[in-house]
Amino acid sequence: MIVSNSIIQVEHLSAAYQKNTVLTDINFEVKAGTLTSIVGPNGAGKSTLIKTMLALHPTLTGKVSFFGKSFEKAKKQIGYVPQRGSVDWDFPTNALDVVTMGLYGKIGFFRIPMKKDKQKAFEALEKMGMSAYANRQISQLSGGQQQRVFLARALVQEADLYFMDEPLAGVDASTEKAIMAILEELKKQGKTVMVVHHDLQTVPEYFDHVLFLNHTVYAHGTVEETFTDSNIIKTYGGNMSWLREGDKNVVHTTS
Amino acid sequence: MTFTAWIIVTAALVGLSCGLMGVFLILRKQAMMADAISHTVLLGIVVAYMVSQQITGMSMLIGGILAGLLTAFLVQSLHSMKVRHDASLGIVFTTLFAIGVILISTSVGNVHLDVQHALMGEITFIPFTTTYVPGLGDIPKATLLLMVVLLIVVFFIIVFYKEWKITSFDPVLAASLGLPVLLLHYLFMTLVSITTVASFDAVGAILVVAMLITPAATAYLWTDRLMLMLILSGGFGVLSAFIGYGIAAWLDTSISGAMALTTGLIFIVSFLSSPTHGLLSRWVKPKQLI
Amino acid sequence: MWSILLHSNTIWVMLSTTILGIAAGVVGCLAYWKRQNLMSDALSHAALPGVVIAFLIIGEKNLLILVIGAAATSLVGALLIQWVTTSSRITEDTAMGIVLSVFYGFGVMLLSIANRSAGGNQSGLNNFIYGQAAAMVRSDVITMIVLAGFVIFLIAVIFKEWKLYLFDAGFAQGLGRSIKGMNTLYTIILVITIVIGIQAVGVILMAAMLIIPAVSSRYWTHSFKSMIWLSGIFGGMAGALGTWISATGSGLPTGPFIVIVSAGLFLIALLFGKEKGLIIHVLQFKSQQKQFTVRKKEVS
Repeated sequence: MIVSNSIIQVEHLSAAYQKNTVLTDINFEVKAGTLTSIVGPNGAGKSTLIKTMLALHPTLTGKVSFFGKSFEKAKKQIGYVPQRGSVDWDFPTNALDVVTMGLYGKIGFFRIPMKKDKQKAFEALEKMGMSAYANRQISQLSGGQQQRVFLARALVQEADLYFMDEPLAGVDASTEKAIMAILEELKKQGKTVMVVHHDLQTVPEYFDHVLFLNHTVYAHGTVEETFTDSNIIKTYGGNMSWLREGDKNVVHTTS
Repeated sequence: MTFTAWIIVTAALVGLSCGLMGVFLILRKQAMMADAISHTVLLGIVVAYMVSQQITGMSMLIGGILAGLLTAFLVQSLHSMKVRHDASLGIVFTTLFAIGVILISTSVGNVHLDVQHALMGEITFIPFTTTYVPGLGDIPKATLLLMVVLLIVVFFIIVFYKEWKITSFDPVLAASLGLPVLLLHYLFMTLVSITTVASFDAVGAILVVAMLITPAATAYLWTDRLMLMLILSGGFGVLSAFIGYGIAAWLDTSISGAMALTTGLIFIVSFLSSPTHGLLSRWVKPKQLI
Repeated sequence: MWSILLHSNTIWVMLSTTILGIAAGVVGCLAYWKRQNLMSDALSHAALPGVVIAFLIIGEKNLLILVIGAAATSLVGALLIQWVTTSSRITEDTAMGIVLSVFYGFGVMLLSIANRSAGGNQSGLNNFIYGQAAAMVRSDVITMIVLAGFVIFLIAVIFKEWKLYLFDAGFAQGLGRSIKGMNTLYTIILVITIVIGIQAVGVILMAAMLIIPAVSSRYWTHSFKSMIWLSGIFGGMAGALGTWISATGSGLPTGPFIVIVSAGLFLIALLFGKEKGLIIHVLQFKSQQKQFTVRKKEVS
């Protein structure tokens, strides 16, 4: 069919929550080494898309392949950063330990993390500017710091493809910068990243590809070509007006 | 050893194994599963009795483990059909318990199985049925069983330590790393069931619940480190056994009841005074800052 | 078989378990939407020490006094759960487990003292704790009916406030309703229902009376009002049928049979329920799948 360097192929994917169909006939392909933001209004199914692709939510129809393989076979090459709120931050453990968890799949059963594993985890924390907090209990970290720990945990997985669910939601400016620097670095290493993103303003600055989602794909492509007013209006519906005020893009909701 | 010593040793063993399992139970937000399994184990024991027509440690253990797994399985299934977790738990354990009570009152008759006895436990009788173990001499059967169970629990906690940690903290990540999350869940529930059954005959269902939940919750108020939490929880369990026995002897009352009460007393003291997460820390800390 | 029904005491017992079932079903709906299904389990266990203390004080089995004792420690349990949950990192289910086992253990201690001191008098007490509806006398039944009726009345009379409170407590507060007041009322209603039910089904199975009918009714309707009606009906049916079955044999316990009937109604709801039942669910999934395949063919 299509011969390309696409590493993700999604064909006719759909998913539902009981009666409500959340995703309808999703089709897209993602090329290696790209940084894609998934944008769309609330309830558009952005998180569901990621979860369905990673087999964390049942598929109604369609199929997804990674590197030309099924998810099961490509699992080890994929890293997933869930929303920060998905875990209990009161869990009795420290930052370094959480990052080390990213290596548990590789370490395997019946073996404890070695010094070199801890070292690797520490380096990842260092990269996120969190080395000073390695022994800090996770309950005592700020929201931004927790997000950095999550990112560091994804880094140690050394995956080729990353999915991140709202990594920039509710974090401070310096954390946002640190995270984006890491994403740029991943891209330079030839890795592929898909990010659920809520802030339209920063799309052109942070990403090279954009996928407009509102139950189905409205547009998908490079930011230069695809990130247009008409696509934004199409995706966000008539209730939304999109104004360019000088350099700033502002979304006004009329509802 | 004297009877008193055996009773305390037995209760301390219960405190230790339950204390260790309890830590993961509450971190997995499954505290009430302890309540559920400790009740449905009754059904397992009744059915085991009906099948084998005798009450031996082995048939009881198998029956109880199967009942525990059945509970975990049914709760999981109902939950996957979108019944809320706590509601599934409430439906499953009350129904299985009801079946157990009906079986006792109809077919099994009035054997050793007395619902009241099973729930309250009578640890006093433990030293009467002993068995000979080379090297240790005559030791009560229930105590021996609990020793074996403690070894099993410790073994599995050590071997799968990092797996318990990751599946408790972030099961989604564990799944995406390719860990068999569901299998580990059932292994965990098997361990809880083994601990419960072994403790059940010795101390009764309610003390099992108390020992599974309260010492672990108490430890959670003192520390932010998993390893320390495990040690503290086991320690609080053993301490409750000792103090509880003292109270029971002093008031001449139910030993299991007194031990359960003691776990609660230790919790309340910690709740008020723990420097990290206790109530007092909230009033004291701000002053220190000023 | 019908002669059982003619036995006058059975009719009384059946009447009381039916009313109890209705009250528990209705209150169970409130607990369901408050997301506190297992609270009833914790509070019914927490009633034990209160019952025994009341018994130790008056030295005989008088339902009203025992119920007051039960309500007292149940309420203390409820307050402790709330206090521990709001002022520490302990989660609600853990707090419930603690209160449940520790209070019950304390009750067992007291019971062992009561059994020692009260001589032969305690058999009535054990019947009360482990549920033996057949042991109830007419005055017990009247006490139960009055209290259950009171609970149902309290729910019916401010029905829309309950709905608002359960659906969106924050909004209710914005409208000037007192959340603290509603919380207190909710706890009182829950405790009354639990303590009057203990006599009929026992401390352990009381939770089932509140949980199962409410969950079953959820499968048949999306409306809060019909859910309450249905839950009450399911609860009443379970109470009546369960009592009847247990009356057909001698020495059969009432509580477990009520629970079994209730569980049967739940299974039916789970399978055939109009709104969320399994069969409907599977059909919906299949039809959605079909819809997509058809659309896909049209496209290609």
